[in-house]
Amino acid sequence: MKPGLNPKQVLALRRHLEAGLPLVSRPYQDLAERIKADEPQVLEQMRQWNEQGMFRRMGLVLNHRALGFAANAMLVLDVPDALIDEVGQRLGRVPGITLCYQRPRRLPDWRYNLFCMIHGRQRDRVEAQIQALLEEHLLSDLPHQLLFSTQMFKQCGGRFAPSSTGVPRRG
Amino acid sequence: MDDLDRRLINRLQLGLPLVRHPWRVLAEELGSSSSELLDRLHALLEDGVLTRFGPMFDIERLGGAFTLAALAVPEERFEEVAEQLHGMPEVAHNYRREHAWNMWFVLGCPTVQGITETLQRIERLTGLVPLNLPKEETYHVGLYFPV
Repeated sequence: MKPGLNPKQVLALRRHLEAGLPLVSRPYQDLAERIKADEPQVLEQMRQWNEQGMFRRMGLVLNHRALGFAANAMLVLDVPDALIDEVGQRLGRVPGITLCYQRPRRLPDWRYNLFCMIHGRQRDRVEAQIQALLEEHLLSDLPHQLLFSTQMFKQCGGRFAPSSTGVPRRG
Repeated sequence: MDDLDRRLINRLQLGLPLVRHPWRVLAEELGSSSSELLDRLHALLEDGVLTRFGPMFDIERLGGAFTLAALAVPEERFEEVAEQLHGMPEVAHNYRREHAWNMWFVLGCPTVQGITETLQRIERLTGLVPLNLPKEETYHVGLYFPV
């Protein structure tokens, strides 16, 4: 069996993947050539990363607007600390809620500690959907706000792999 | 966008197989050919329907850091500040939202220290104090959008 990639190749592979997967019939072969390795070594490394849960997502970043998901709403709630896990888990299971996180309050500027993202095609339907789910889960009395996005300025994956000198690569 | 585009997008949201000829596998599933699917994907990226294709690392697991941050930008300065943030590689998303805190963006850096420094730089650059709202608990992540 072939040895795995050396650390330099691993880092180089990470950096190439930040730009996305090459759009060719054999993407892993293409990546292997770029980092002077073999296709099976690249595949093995990627399978390992995948099994270790290193990939947050395997596929696409969609432009929701271009696809008609124009109503991107952020629902924020001020949930008592004692209830946050229960409420978070319940809302996290609601169909239509794509992300659900606890974040810190920043008093006095910001009181909300639970964040949910909801994407929909029409704003009034998203509003109605959120009203209904707050009522269903008896959460309407909690202080909450709905922040609709009206414009997207930037959407990309970010740049994270440190360069070989240890300084973050500028994109 | 036709039916094949839609089926391709839906399928790709579930990931691409980690095999030597991933497009052959997909072509078989979708009743198409590798080259047709690649052409479609090229076109979808070109048209801006998709903004990226390929696996994305979970930054926290790699020792990197993310945060969600917000600025309350005076209306007359909105475009200018959006432009300043656009030039920063650490800014991964930036949305305008209807609220006094009207600019919401995600920062991604190799380290937590990098996040702190970037927020300080934004404050110096814009004269506005950002809200720093790093995630403390994840209850759900499921970005799947049937189209």
